[in-house]
Amino acid sequence: MADLTSNFLGISSPNPFWLASAPPTDKEYNVRRAFEAGWGGVVWKTLGMEGPPVVNVNGPRYGAIHGADRRLLGLNNIELITDRPLEVNLAEMTRVKKDYPDHALIASVMVPCEEAAWKEIIPRIAETGCDGFELNFGCPHGMAERGMGSAVGQVPEYIEMVTRWCKEATDLPVIVKLTPNITNILMPAQAAKDGGADAVSLINTINSITSVNLDAMSPEPMIDGKGTHGGYCGPAVKPIALNMVAEIARNPGTHGLPISGIGGVTTWRDAAEFMALGAGNVQACTAAMTYGFKVVQEMISGLSQWMDEQGYNSIDEIVGRAVPNVTDWQYLNLNHVTKARISQDDCIKCGRCFAACEDTSHQAITMSEDRVFDVKDDECVACNLCVNVCPVEGCITMETIAPGAMDERTGKPVVDEYANWTTHPNNPSAAAAE
Amino acid sequence: MAHINRENGVAAGRLDPTQVADNFTDLHPEYDGHEALVAADRCYFCHDAPCMTACPTSIDIPLFIRQIATGTPEAAAKTILNQNILGGMCARVCPTETLCEEVCVRETAEGKPVEIGRLQRYATDTLMASNTHPFTRADKTGKSVAVVGAGPAGLSCAHRLAMLGHDVVVFEARAKGGGLNEFGIAAYKSTNDFAQRELDWLLSIGGIEIRYGQSLGDGITLDALQSDFDAVFLGMGLSAVNALGMDGEDKDNVSDAVDFIAELRQASDLTSLPVGRRVVVIGGGMTAIDAGVQAKLLGAEDVTIVYRRGQEAMAASSFEQELAQQKGVTLICNATPVGVEGNGSLTGVTFAYTETQNGKLVTLDETFTLPADQLFKAIGQKLGDTPDALTLEGGKIKVDDAQRTSAGGVWAGGDCASGGDDLTVTAVAEGRDAAMDIHTSLMGAS
Repeated sequence: MADLTSNFLGISSPNPFWLASAPPTDKEYNVRRAFEAGWGGVVWKTLGMEGPPVVNVNGPRYGAIHGADRRLLGLNNIELITDRPLEVNLAEMTRVKKDYPDHALIASVMVPCEEAAWKEIIPRIAETGCDGFELNFGCPHGMAERGMGSAVGQVPEYIEMVTRWCKEATDLPVIVKLTPNITNILMPAQAAKDGGADAVSLINTINSITSVNLDAMSPEPMIDGKGTHGGYCGPAVKPIALNMVAEIARNPGTHGLPISGIGGVTTWRDAAEFMALGAGNVQACTAAMTYGFKVVQEMISGLSQWMDEQGYNSIDEIVGRAVPNVTDWQYLNLNHVTKARISQDDCIKCGRCFAACEDTSHQAITMSEDRVFDVKDDECVACNLCVNVCPVEGCITMETIAPGAMDERTGKPVVDEYANWTTHPNNPSAAAAE
Repeated sequence: MAHINRENGVAAGRLDPTQVADNFTDLHPEYDGHEALVAADRCYFCHDAPCMTACPTSIDIPLFIRQIATGTPEAAAKTILNQNILGGMCARVCPTETLCEEVCVRETAEGKPVEIGRLQRYATDTLMASNTHPFTRADKTGKSVAVVGAGPAGLSCAHRLAMLGHDVVVFEARAKGGGLNEFGIAAYKSTNDFAQRELDWLLSIGGIEIRYGQSLGDGITLDALQSDFDAVFLGMGLSAVNALGMDGEDKDNVSDAVDFIAELRQASDLTSLPVGRRVVVIGGGMTAIDAGVQAKLLGAEDVTIVYRRGQEAMAASSFEQELAQQKGVTLICNATPVGVEGNGSLTGVTFAYTETQNGKLVTLDETFTLPADQLFKAIGQKLGDTPDALTLEGGKIKVDDAQRTSAGGVWAGGDCASGGDDLTVTAVAEGRDAAMDIHTSLMGAS
């Protein structure tokens, strides 16, 4: 049986599934039930300055994108950091940590960009017995307008500066949560590292408008006839998050910097993918908000079964395992040839592969009178679109053409040797092939 | 337990009114908005969709389902009605299990098709509930067309002609329009007077006048129509029924299933409609099923449908056969009637077993008698008397691909015409296609 124990930054938790800083981690009542349901750790919803807490809107806070059968694919929110008094949160955190010493409890923090503010609050929070800090440099709405959240996360110099203040204020691990609302994730990641961060966590939510109310002509969620951009999360953002995690993991400057992966983690497989791309653990939120805390039980059983099947014994064995295979386009093997193959036994004759291929570009699928769909090898560029639009999983697959066999499209035999764009004759700046 | 009247013979009020009302509720209740969205989500929006090919009226099914899924059922209804103006009734009575839903790729994939019929009903009901008519008439052409029969074929033809700008007069033998939609379909398939509501809605396009109580040979003649109108469409259906041709057929309580079905549809109070304690239905088509099932639902204790060939040869769809069995109707196949028993009143029907030998149906010696106090004959309908000018083919008015008859300026469609398969949806397609050809013919000539 695989050991799911996580030891991220030396913080131990029964499994690598943490709840991200968000509404589900806003109070003791929730966090206790989350731990009971099986979550390995929580990042307590972001704490702010002492004094009157922030206020939230009193209208809708969430907008949504739905898939088939009204499955929630994407969620956005305009909620702010905790709107409960600091003292109440600290007292609750203390009690929870005392009762769950084996679970991870991280404090998310966001205060104005002043040294005194950070240096005052960090030690105070540490008294709760929490296992570490996560600096919220990601929140893209509301708090950013006040010079916090992503307003800091979009300026690498600020990230480095605040991270350093915090590291000076505590011996506990400091995780810097990054905003994806930038053009190059490596810059804020590098800044966090330079400031002494123990890890980065990403992604925070993406600036978004999920929909427009066409009767009121206002963005949703609509508050008294007006809407604002909110932070996008959920399954829809996973691809963006995976890429950013992978970039940090494979870039020489940031390689090795521990990563807590966040962004649409909904199933065990999502978690495994984040970890394969370099995340030491994952944080989930939308899945719990959608299905409740119990959803973690599938993540635990699924990850465990997969690790057993693959012969992985511990989390450490999977973290970063796919990173060496993340490369640049220019290094992809141009001599690798595949063709789509349609299993006639599995085909239900919907014709979506035909419509997609015909109207997209390649006209590489034929349709007979009796709705038999076949691939024309001489036209198939192996784009994979037919695989992606087919409603039956596994019905269409890509077959690798063996070296020496003819590629009907080019009329040339498939070459065994690896060759990429850097040496391709069509590349004006190609290095001479030796 | 509800009251049951087990009196022998044919009697009214076998079940209490609540039970009867419950028995005759909608066979496929309408979707609510949520159900429609869930059902619509299952459609794969197939390329050159098999369902569309299977539909006799070629409704663009993937498109209308997508329109439902995106919150525009009224647009979906227009997609449907553009091809099939009686899309509301067809959604209720089409044997979808042998048409669109049979070939749905999700039937192939999971044995559970997208519920196209019910989605179609959702769209068309939504539109009709808004009391709007999505089509407008083209500029008047000055041409007039006579349509004989206000059934599915005639109404479909009349609507399309009116839409194209022609003036239409429909001659209907009965006092009410709708044809088999009104008189010939089981009540649980068309509840709340739907056939009449649909008729009124269809007529709201304008340009269509219906004259009731007139039929060929009774008030009108084909000759007169040909001279009074620019074109004639015949859609009068099948007005005669086949007889068993045996002694005793004239006994009390032996009647045609179509009359029973019509009477039931027109009854204002179903508990006043008499039905036998033991009912036998002879036939293997939809009419036999509709009569048998409704007799059962009215409270008949035993209902047996007897068909002379094997079950696989029944014209009624397997869905209909299962429905009958589910309602407690017994099906006996491979038996043919040889005697109607009773002195004056019916007491039983005697059958001989049959067997197919070398492709021929052979009556065997062995017989059995089913006790019965009511017998319904459902062994087919046939064309009534037709003017000599019309050439017949297989007992029906011969038409070509454009629904033209052998008589100049006369088109025909629906059950009275050759081809087709005696379905409402086929009649609608033929009426529509005839209208298009009439239009081409009239406008080309001007």
